[in-house]
Amino acid sequence: MLELIDQFNVFDAFWTTIKLTLWSALFSLLLGTVVAIMRLSPVGFLRWLGGSYVTLIRNTPLTLIIVFCSIGLWGQFGIEPASRDSPTFIVDLNFRLAVIGLSVYHAAFVCEALRSGVNTIPVGQAEASRSLGLTFGQGLRHVILPQAFRGAITPLGNTLIALTKNTTVAVAIGVAEAAYALRNMIEFRPDVMLLNFLLIAIGFVILTLPTGLATSWLASRLAVKR
Amino acid sequence: MTDTRESPGSGLGAPLVVLEDVNKHFGDLHVLKDINLTVHEGEVVVVIGPSGSGKSTLCRTINRLESYESGRITIHGDELPSEGKALAKLRADVGMVFQSFNLFSHKTILENVTMGPIKVRKKKSAEAKARAMELLKRVGVDHQAEKYPAQLSGGQQQRVAIARSLAMDPTVMLFDEPTSALDPEMINEVLDVMTQLAKSGMTMIVVTHEMGFARKAADRVVFMSDGAIVEENTPEEFFTNPQSHRAKDFLGKILTH
Repeated sequence: MLELIDQFNVFDAFWTTIKLTLWSALFSLLLGTVVAIMRLSPVGFLRWLGGSYVTLIRNTPLTLIIVFCSIGLWGQFGIEPASRDSPTFIVDLNFRLAVIGLSVYHAAFVCEALRSGVNTIPVGQAEASRSLGLTFGQGLRHVILPQAFRGAITPLGNTLIALTKNTTVAVAIGVAEAAYALRNMIEFRPDVMLLNFLLIAIGFVILTLPTGLATSWLASRLAVKR
Repeated sequence: MTDTRESPGSGLGAPLVVLEDVNKHFGDLHVLKDINLTVHEGEVVVVIGPSGSGKSTLCRTINRLESYESGRITIHGDELPSEGKALAKLRADVGMVFQSFNLFSHKTILENVTMGPIKVRKKKSAEAKARAMELLKRVGVDHQAEKYPAQLSGGQQQRVAIARSLAMDPTVMLFDEPTSALDPEMINEVLDVMTQLAKSGMTMIVVTHEMGFARKAADRVVFMSDGAIVEENTPEEFFTNPQSHRAKDFLGKILTH
């Protein structure tokens, strides 16, 4: 087993998985919050735009989005989020394109998780903020979103767990993460096939288990008492 | 209160809140029918009427938590803006106390009272806190300042809600059935604060079922039924000598107990 880990750089592969997860989590949280705000806004066009984003992205396979990032975004439209002068150009490029795809995809789920958080807030909270003279933006920032995030910790945690595992799709555009290592292991060490799978599976459980525990703990700790 | 307005009964001030021919529908239901109402500075108007008579809706249209279709509502002569920053600015001057308190659940009592002054009035934090503590003391919950709303009783929460509104130095206060969600033993502690406020000269529009409060603190009682103002009079006249059939019927039902 140690030999396998050593031979296929399993630690490096999982480190890439972790980096993919963290960057995508960050950007999907930001983008998802923006989309959620659009869906809550009093402006009809923004609501429509946010709703359309979620409907389109949520119902598109992730593989399609990731592959599009590579072939479409980079190949067709020439969007190149990495420097050609860098010795690690291809690695950087694929990694960043994967982060874009993962962020865009999971933002739709973050948005819906946040909206479910908003639904836990009694309508009187928004009315009270309006009656005090807070503007829509101020009410959102000081009253609605803080409570929405707290109410959405569990679904956000679920999204993070899904994101962690979904990073494996990045193998489709050649990012050397855990599934990439597994592909090599299957090819070169078919003699220990079961062990190959087990090793990668355990790696993911180690990554996601704490996320689940942490979100349950946070959800109960930060729950808004009414 | 730093207010030095004349006490009620000593003559009416200038018109403050004026509703002219206000109409509103909820779908097919005509909830406000040609409402005309003028509330003067320093006046305490109590709105009563059976459930579904439109009195809460009336209260909520005054700071536009409900929209209306036709007519005019002015506060200090300025017509209610329909949205945006202008509306927010106007709402800052109109205090509102809700039936369900609506304290911000994720904020402490003190933060609830300082949020408006800090975010809307742009007051310094220390100044807002000092004023908030003063107001909390006035409503008798200053020793609970660091707690969260859920840790307080309903009566205490409602008194905090009143302090939160007062912190904005409103020109008029709206009360939308402020005691209807309270246990009976907590109603008086809230009514006492409201009575004290009325005596201090605050302009108040109060939707309530508390006839004792209406008799004691109101300058005028407005009786609504089926979305229309049916009768308005001094509390004394209204309770002892109601004119309309519907008011007689309503009073007959509630005062015989």
